[in-house]
Formats: sequence, structure tokens, C-alpha cells
Amino acid sequence: MYRYDEFDATFVRQRVAQFRDQVARRVSGELNEDEFKPLRLRNGVYLQLHAYMLRIAVPYGTLSSRQMRKLAHIARVYDRGYGHFTTRQNLQFNWPRLSDIPDILDELADVEMHAIQTSGNCIRNVTADHFAGATADEVADPRPYAEIIRQWSSLHPEFSFLPRKFKVAVIASEHDRAAMKLHDIGLHLKRLDGGGLGFAVWVGGGMGRTPLIAKLIRDDLPEEDLLTYLEAILRIYNLHGRRDNIYKARIKILVDALGIEAVAAQVEEEWLRIRDGALKLPEAEIRRIETYFAPPAFDERPPKAAVRAPVSHDGRAFDRWVARNTHAHKQPGYAIVTISLKPIGGIPGDASAEQMDAIADLAERYSFDEVRVTHEQNLVLPHVRLGDLREVYRALKAIGLAEANAGLVTDIIACPGLDYCALANARSIPIAQRISERLAARQDQIGDLKIKISGCINACGHHHVGHIGILGVEKRGEEHYQLLLGGSGAEDAALGAISGPGFGPDGIVDAVEKVVERYLELRAGPDEPFLAAYARLGDAPFKEALYAA
Amino acid sequence: MPLDEGVRPLAPSLSVDLRRPGEGSDPFPQQAPGEPEPDGPIWRGSAFHTDAWARPADGELLPDSPVILSKARWLAERDGLAGRNAPLGLQIEPGEAIDDLAADLGRFALIALSFPKFADGRAFSTARLLRDKHGFTGELRAVGAVLSDQIPYMRRVGFDTYAVTHGPTRRALVEGRIAEVTLHYQPSTADEPPAGTRPWHRRSGE
Repeated sequence: MYRYDEFDATFVRQRVAQFRDQVARRVSGELNEDEFKPLRLRNGVYLQLHAYMLRIAVPYGTLSSRQMRKLAHIARVYDRGYGHFTTRQNLQFNWPRLSDIPDILDELADVEMHAIQTSGNCIRNVTADHFAGATADEVADPRPYAEIIRQWSSLHPEFSFLPRKFKVAVIASEHDRAAMKLHDIGLHLKRLDGGGLGFAVWVGGGMGRTPLIAKLIRDDLPEEDLLTYLEAILRIYNLHGRRDNIYKARIKILVDALGIEAVAAQVEEEWLRIRDGALKLPEAEIRRIETYFAPPAFDERPPKAAVRAPVSHDGRAFDRWVARNTHAHKQPGYAIVTISLKPIGGIPGDASAEQMDAIADLAERYSFDEVRVTHEQNLVLPHVRLGDLREVYRALKAIGLAEANAGLVTDIIACPGLDYCALANARSIPIAQRISERLAARQDQIGDLKIKISGCINACGHHHVGHIGILGVEKRGEEHYQLLLGGSGAEDAALGAISGPGFGPDGIVDAVEKVVERYLELRAGPDEPFLAAYARLGDAPFKEALYAA
Repeated sequence: MPLDEGVRPLAPSLSVDLRRPGEGSDPFPQQAPGEPEPDGPIWRGSAFHTDAWARPADGELLPDSPVILSKARWLAERDGLAGRNAPLGLQIEPGEAIDDLAADLGRFALIALSFPKFADGRAFSTARLLRDKHGFTGELRAVGAVLSDQIPYMRRVGFDTYAVTHGPTRRALVEGRIAEVTLHYQPSTADEPPAGTRPWHRRSGE
């Protein structure tokens, strides 16, 4: 994985010193909250319902064991013993004291981490496929490009006061595990006709109160032109994106209003001007960054004993876990392991300091020192020998994280909601917990089904692209929930449609159960997943199940 | 929520030289730099200066001294101003295009770009276009909500003077307390990172 050189290290230390000065000026009263707010936001510090919240960047979702242990340490020393992994592959601490935050940032700098641009109207932490560098189905590892974008976008002098936040995701597979088309810019690394690597560039996706799927702006961008093209898009957006209404300020609104052809024409004109300028990527530089992400020293002849090894008392449970929570690795004899942070009835995405430490140990011992954070709020051990799976399973079981539910109905995305968030209208976490409990016994029977829950219209819980989405709203002072059906954040990206009148906190759990039961009645067979059945049947039978008297 | 106490003493402050590379103490000797004046409104180089430029309202009679005009006035009176010898300046508001003025830019000794709000960053891009695309070499001035934490960014996209009204920002400038990250990952208008720190920058430094 990427390692800081002296330049990176000094850069981050200076940034911490700068923020320490800004915190001191806020505490002394030199800066008022209005002046401090954009500064703290650029360093990942939010003011939530009960406390400050610190959002730490996990660039493209990749962590080392050492970094994970540091997060556990921070959770123990500065917070309440746990952290929350988010849909942007980041980690949030919910209870830090403002005066401790510069020290926390210094601790993070010790392990080459920071909180730069995890909030604010700037280019946010870049995300990527969480199976990058491991999955059998990628054309190349997308993370070197994400790292190049991370560097280019860090404290960019021109793009630090954009109309609104700006999110970039990078994938390198036909299977989109990063919800690429729901980002301001989605980059799909692929092999171009000439044989070189390049990108399909998607622009103008996003969720929030006006969800839109990104449009293809360029299908064949050579890798050397990555940064010049991004710079051209950002410049057009910075000049022309709306600033009169924060709900209409994302680039998706500009793309929707002008049309993708008009935006593409403006971008192209600017790009042709700067294409051969200082940001053109020399091939040697791309290859140099790639060396940081070189595959680990795989055992070329791993032991044969493995998945179907002698059955022990946990044999069936282990088999279920292997079937659900592992994914094909590009290296024979290895698997990618998903560590579900969705124990039945648990808080999606939360991990205790003890769990983080244990996972760091597992990564060190069994996964070449690497952990990944997924946008679905799970963790991943990317490189596990088949022969080690049973040991990994047992160790995860010991910390309560061996639920075999990756991609199942209990693997729910939920935003922090009204339990934490100052923007929320309704709680998300308890709804996720009740649905998880209600459907746990039937989850294998139900099969692939993604539920995503947001506590307000800002859609941090991705409800628009849940196969079943839930949106918390406020109705006459009460928490109320709308149900959406048929969304997807994957390569078949689609926005869910509201089913009809909403439900109260108990009713929404019943409603989800009714939809699931109707699906089980009507599906062509166990091989027809929910989304396929919904596409075939339309919404009528589900609405009937929900609303017929 | 109350701010908690116990913040540690300031880290050693990172001083920043706001002069652009190659800039002497008086970057625009033939133009209208103003005089050093601690209470002056314009930060230039490393001191506050008086403002030699007037900003007459549209329609107001122009004095025979440096004036900054709105784009609308310039477009309306361009022909009549052709024979004027006193320096001309132009103020561009966010949202106003500059491409249609490309042929006129050589007439201006100063262009002021307006920041109506701290958060309105359009002028950062306008500055880059003026410097990089249109080759504007006159004085580029930031006016409006100019706060200390933006100034290093402004300098990097090509600004060289700052009309500063915010008291704490004025004090921070005078005392050399603009905390800045002095290493840069991206090339910009005003300066380039040291050769060798980022290979794709090395090109631009060569």
C-alpha cells in the first residue's frame, strides 16, 4: 500500500499545526463559529447533536494493521471505545473533545493518516472498489489512480471553495462495488482500444434530495490525461455550479440543467487547452505509484487442505460463512474475506476498539497486513489463504463478527441518523436493528437483498439505491418512514421508487417484512433474487401486500 | 455547545511570504502601488499600503487618476476611454465572464476579483484563467471577504494584492501568523513545488 515519503509526512504535519492554530483561535474567540466552521469542516470536524464528530479519511478504503491499531487506540483514549465505519469508507468518532482533536490528528499523522477533506465544499476523500488489487474480475488495481487523485486534490488552491462537496470513486471491474455512478465523478478503469489503460468518465451522479445517476462524459480517456481532465471538469463546475441554493449546488444539477452534451463541450474546450500542461501524467510516474500497490508475496503453492476440510462442530456455520463472506481472488489458493460489521441486531458499521485490534491482528497474520473498508460499512481481509479461512472464521467468531450475511437482508446500510446527526429527521439505527432481528432466521432463504436506510433526505444511508430503501422523515413531530423499492447502486444503477404512504417506526419493520414475504411467494425460484423479481413483476404486487386492507 | 478548554500553545507559526516569485518590493513601479501605510487597506508584499485606486460608481465622473471600473461600465464606455492615460482597472464579480474581454485585458493595470462571501470560490478559477489562459500580468487584487485562511490559496492562483478589512486577518498578516501548508501537491499559477518532490510536477519546473 501507499507509504508516505518525507513530503507527504511534512505536508500532513503542517496541516495539523495549521488546524491547531485555528482551534486555538476559535477557543480564544478570535474566530467566531461562522468563521471557524469552514475551517473545521476542511479537517473533518463536524458539530453534531451531542458533541463534535471527527471523520477520518481512509483513502480508497485501505488500512494497514498499524493504522487499524491506531484507530483502536484513539477510540479508547479519546472517544468512548468504538468507531463507526461509513458509506464513504471513512471512520467517524462521535465523542471527541474539540481541544483533543489536534492531538488526535497528530496521532493519526504518526501512522500516515489524516482527516483532510472529509467534509466541506471540496474534493472529498477518494473512494474505490474495496476488493481492489485482489479481485479476479479487475483489469488492474484502481488504487494507484485514486492515490494520484488524492494527492492532486489535497488542499487544491483553486478547488477548496466549490459550490458543494465533490466525491470521486474509482473502479476497475465491470462489477461496480463502489456505487461509482452515484458520485460527482465516477471513473471506470478499463483497457482502451489501443491496448493502454484509460477511463470511462461518468459525471453528475449523486443522491440527496435530487438523486441522479451519472452520465457518461467520456468513454476513452487515456490514463495520462486523468488529472487534466478532472481539472477541466472541476474548473467548469467551480465557475458555473449554482451557489444560490445548497440543494441545487452539486454538479449533478449543472449536468441535468445544461445537458451532458453542453457540459462535455465546455469541459472539452478547457481540457484541450491544458491537456499537455503540467498535470499531464508521465507514464513513469503512474508506474512508480503503482509499485506501492504491488501484489503481496503470495504463496504460489498454498496447501490444498482448505475449504472442505474436516467437519468440526462449526462445520455448517463455517461453510455458510465461506459461501457468503468470501469472494474469488485473482491469486489461486486465496480468497477475499468480508468481515460483516452487521451482527444480528447490531449497529451497522460500528466496531469496538477490541474488535479493531483483533482485526488488525488477523490482517497482520493472514492478510499481508491489509484491511479494507467497504462502502457497505463492512471490513475486508483482501488476501487470505484458503487454508487459513477456518482460523480466520474462528477468530472472528470470538469477537462476534462472524455473521455469514454479506449481501443478505441483514447486511443493512444505515446512516447514524437521529441518534447522532444534527441533520437527521428520524433514527436509522434502531430501524436497522429491528429489521435485522425480524428477518435473521430467514436470511439465507431470502438471498441477495440490500436494504439501505437514511435518517433524512441527504441520503447518507443510500436509500435511493437500496433494493429496499427506507427514508426517515418528520411528520407532525413524529418519526416517519417512506419505503422505496427497486433501487441499485451497482453496475445496474437504478433509483428506487417510493411505494406509497409511509409508516411509523414499528410499521416500517412490518412493511419490509410484507415486501419480503410477497417476494418469497412470487419469485420464480431461489435463483431469482429480489431485484430480478421486482423487475419482472413490477411494483403492483408489492403495493398490494403493503396497502391492501 | 461550550468550547472546551485546555488547548495547547500554538505550534510554531508557519510564516508565509506573500510576494510572488521574482517580485521585488515594488512589483508595479509604473502603475499605482500605493504607499506603505500601517492602516492602509491593501496588503501588498509584506505590508499594508494606501490604495491608489478609486472605485467610482457607474455613472460617476472619472478622475484623472487610477480608477477601477465595473465590467458593465467598461463595455458601455470602452470607445470613449480609449484615449485615457491614467491607469485603468477592472472589477469582475463572480459569474461575470472574462473570455469576452480577452482582447481588452492588456488595457488594465489591475483586475480586482470579488469574493462576496468567504465560501464563494469562483474567483479562484477566474484568477487562474486570467493568469494561465489570458496571460494577464498586471496586478490581481482580491476584494470582499478576504480572510487569512484563504490568502495562501489566493496567492497560489495568482493574486498579488489583498483588500483586507477583517481585523484578525489584518493582525495576522502584520504579525506573520498566516498558518500555511507550504508543500503543494499540485502545480498552480504562482509557484511550483520544488523539483523532485512530485515527479509530475518536475515537468513544469523544467
